[in-house]
Amino acid sequence: MMRQRGLFVLLLLAFIAVPFIAGALGNTYMITMATRVLICAMVAVSLDLLVGWGGLVSFGHAAFFGLGGYVVAIAATHATQGGDIFGWGGTNEALIAWPLAMLVSAGAALVIGALSLRTSGVYFIMITLAFAQMLYFVFVALKVYGGDDGLSMTSRNLLAGARITDARSFYWICLILLAVVVALVGRLLNARFGLVLRGAKASERRMAALGFPVYRYRLVAFVIAGAIAGLAGALWANLGRFAAPDMLSWLRSGEFLVMVILGGSASLLGPVLGAAVFLILETQLAAHTEHWQVIFGPLVVLAALYMPMGLWGYVRGRSS
Amino acid sequence: MTLVLEQILNGLQFGLTLFLLAAGLTLVFGIMGVINLAHGSLYMMGAYAAALGAQWTGSFWLALPIGLLAAFAIGVGVELLVMRRLYGRDHLAQVLATFGLILFFNGLLAWQVGRAPLLMNGPEQLAGFIEVMPGLPYPIYRLAVMAVGVLVAVGLWYLIARTRMGMLIRAGSTQREMVSALGVNIAQLFTLVFGLGALLAGLAGVMVGPIRSVQIGMGEQVLILTFVVIVVGGVGSVRGALAGALLIGLSDTLGRAFAPSLLKLWMSGALADGLGAALSSVLVYLVMAMVLVVRPRGLFPMEG
Amino acid sequence: MIAALELKGLSKSFGALRANDDIDLSIREHECHAIIGPNGAGKSTLIGLLTGEILPDRGQVLLFGEDITHWSVPRRALAGLGRSFQITQIVPGFSALDNVALAVQGRSGHSFQFVADARADMRLRAPAIEALEQVGLSARADVMSEILSHGERRQLELAMALALKPRVLLLDEPMAGMGPQESALMVQRLIALKGQVTIVLIEHDMDVVFALADRVSVLVAGQVLTSGTPDEVRADRRVRAAYLGGEVA
Repeated sequence: MMRQRGLFVLLLLAFIAVPFIAGALGNTYMITMATRVLICAMVAVSLDLLVGWGGLVSFGHAAFFGLGGYVVAIAATHATQGGDIFGWGGTNEALIAWPLAMLVSAGAALVIGALSLRTSGVYFIMITLAFAQMLYFVFVALKVYGGDDGLSMTSRNLLAGARITDARSFYWICLILLAVVVALVGRLLNARFGLVLRGAKASERRMAALGFPVYRYRLVAFVIAGAIAGLAGALWANLGRFAAPDMLSWLRSGEFLVMVILGGSASLLGPVLGAAVFLILETQLAAHTEHWQVIFGPLVVLAALYMPMGLWGYVRGRSS
Repeated sequence: MTLVLEQILNGLQFGLTLFLLAAGLTLVFGIMGVINLAHGSLYMMGAYAAALGAQWTGSFWLALPIGLLAAFAIGVGVELLVMRRLYGRDHLAQVLATFGLILFFNGLLAWQVGRAPLLMNGPEQLAGFIEVMPGLPYPIYRLAVMAVGVLVAVGLWYLIARTRMGMLIRAGSTQREMVSALGVNIAQLFTLVFGLGALLAGLAGVMVGPIRSVQIGMGEQVLILTFVVIVVGGVGSVRGALAGALLIGLSDTLGRAFAPSLLKLWMSGALADGLGAALSSVLVYLVMAMVLVVRPRGLFPMEG
Repeated sequence: MIAALELKGLSKSFGALRANDDIDLSIREHECHAIIGPNGAGKSTLIGLLTGEILPDRGQVLLFGEDITHWSVPRRALAGLGRSFQITQIVPGFSALDNVALAVQGRSGHSFQFVADARADMRLRAPAIEALEQVGLSARADVMSEILSHGERRQLELAMALALKPRVLLLDEPMAGMGPQESALMVQRLIALKGQVTIVLIEHDMDVVFALADRVSVLVAGQVLTSGTPDEVRADRRVRAAYLGGEVA
């Protein structure tokens, strides 16, 4: 527990240092890159709540991420270019749009989770993947909102009426939100709810025999994870001022899973580390060759075969 | 009426193609307990090998064995190098490793063959149309594809129900120790079954080549539909795979063909087109959701 | 007097196999009722039907007169039906105390509490420590459950069932895999429980059964062959023929 807290502080300090280092180097791309890491880390932490702590291998988490992105982009489009959705004229205010993104993603997670959690194991993997693909196709078919091409935002959301123009301020916002998410998930995991979720991963039969209706606890976890992914999607759409079906694709879902496992599932901070390593590795490889997947794919296979504890396992191993 | 009939034939043909994929995937899962995301990649590799083979040799009949052999060989290689280290591991590791394989195969083709789709001609002997009903000409090649699908279904039934290997397959899924005690080399059996699954996926890939274009990413699209088929049919059941494949093949094809025009009965043209497009692309998932509500373990759940 | 647990015409088939066939059984409050039978007699199915993991084709299960036939597993647990598992079901990565505290949490209302640290909650910890003391495991409270010895895990298994404060306790082969000494200790602990809680005991070891049970029911081929005191059952010719055979002779 102490070590966990120490590493949390260490990681936080590293993230705080990024804008200063980038400033000193005059490298603004570095901040964008680091913002991406923060947002993906947020998704990975939420996914790990299901995968690592709940034992629920969801292969459709990108759906909630993409949905959050689209909510923000659609609201902004109506606010700036007119028109309405379900009679609502949209908004460009983050304090409304971001919670709304979480709410919509949570709603979708409630429906998809209610159906998917009736099954388990390999069924669950395939069904979450299939439902995510369904939402993907919905956005591809939605020509009103750009269809295949995606939907651009003319500007970032306003935060309490103030513009977030520079990369740095947006970075700080993302960092604060990630820290809040990690802290809250950390609390949740050791609260009564989290213990039930973790117990059900080890033995669903036991938890049922102790009087816990396991399905309901899992569904609530699924909804919470969906809402966090929705928030991350809202941030992502703001970062690139763009939402596209690609955000919901099965490839994204797979990448988020890779981040979780690469970093170390069921470790709270492992997914943050995983997101950082994944994105840095991907950009570095892509900078060297267009065909980076030929190298990256086998690396993922090796990680799956020989690093069951993920990178976090090594970090923890060293420091103990 | 002939239009509906034609679409039903298209749906059956698509369903039988899906069956080839679903049968292999469900067998591998039922017997080895492994979920293989890279099954679609084997289908893609089969299609690419055949398309390239057809370019070199100029003959579909030479391309066919090239595609099958490539898919089988790649399947066996994947089993020996990766899959056998995943038996008994949790689904998470299996998902991750096979996801890595997808990235690898997609990257490999983009690098070596390029991103442009390949076109492939069907065999000349099967070119042209045949009048399956007065006023309904239908491509002979597609009928041949359906015939192959039916033959494979019968062959698989025979293999599983009537042969020694089938007996081992049925026993191996539940009683691994018993099969080992019989002196059967489980490792070899698994490699063989995985290779068989790869072969079927490759066959589907080769046959689809002349109907749709051969391109990177074709594997994942079909993989997800294959998952839907298996969820609907019941994991591990070949019978379920057949039923699910036909149901999904038909609903997908008919939905795409008729959803917009059906909606036009109730609403304006533009809206019906938009909604119809959306509805037809999600129809199969709605079918899956309905099956799940009624029968969470699929139409033909595995016993036990 | 209302029976603690009553089974009426309970039947369950798997395909052609009649695993449980028209079972009538009445378990009195505060008795220790053993259910014995050869392998394949349908004991596991019966446990499943009692706990709710398996639903019957026909028949009824009554808990203190209330029909619980169609209740879910957790609902039965909260109504006072506790159980232990034949194959230990504990949560690795949690200490022994954490495991038992989960059971306390189970009976203390819903667990949709997301912030407060449950491990610092004395309302959960205190009763859990009590249950650990009851099974003689309090010295190992803070040890990670996966490090415990096999015998200690069996004790933990029992402590989790007890912490639910059940009115009826189903013990599914509590001595499974234990050595003779551990087994004898466990018998002592169970004897101490007698009279406080109704116990349904599924057990292979005849010495254990005859040491603990007030009454014994013999299950053969999915049916109740006979019920009675240990002495009556021991003397029953049919039981000897069907089951006990050389073990008693």
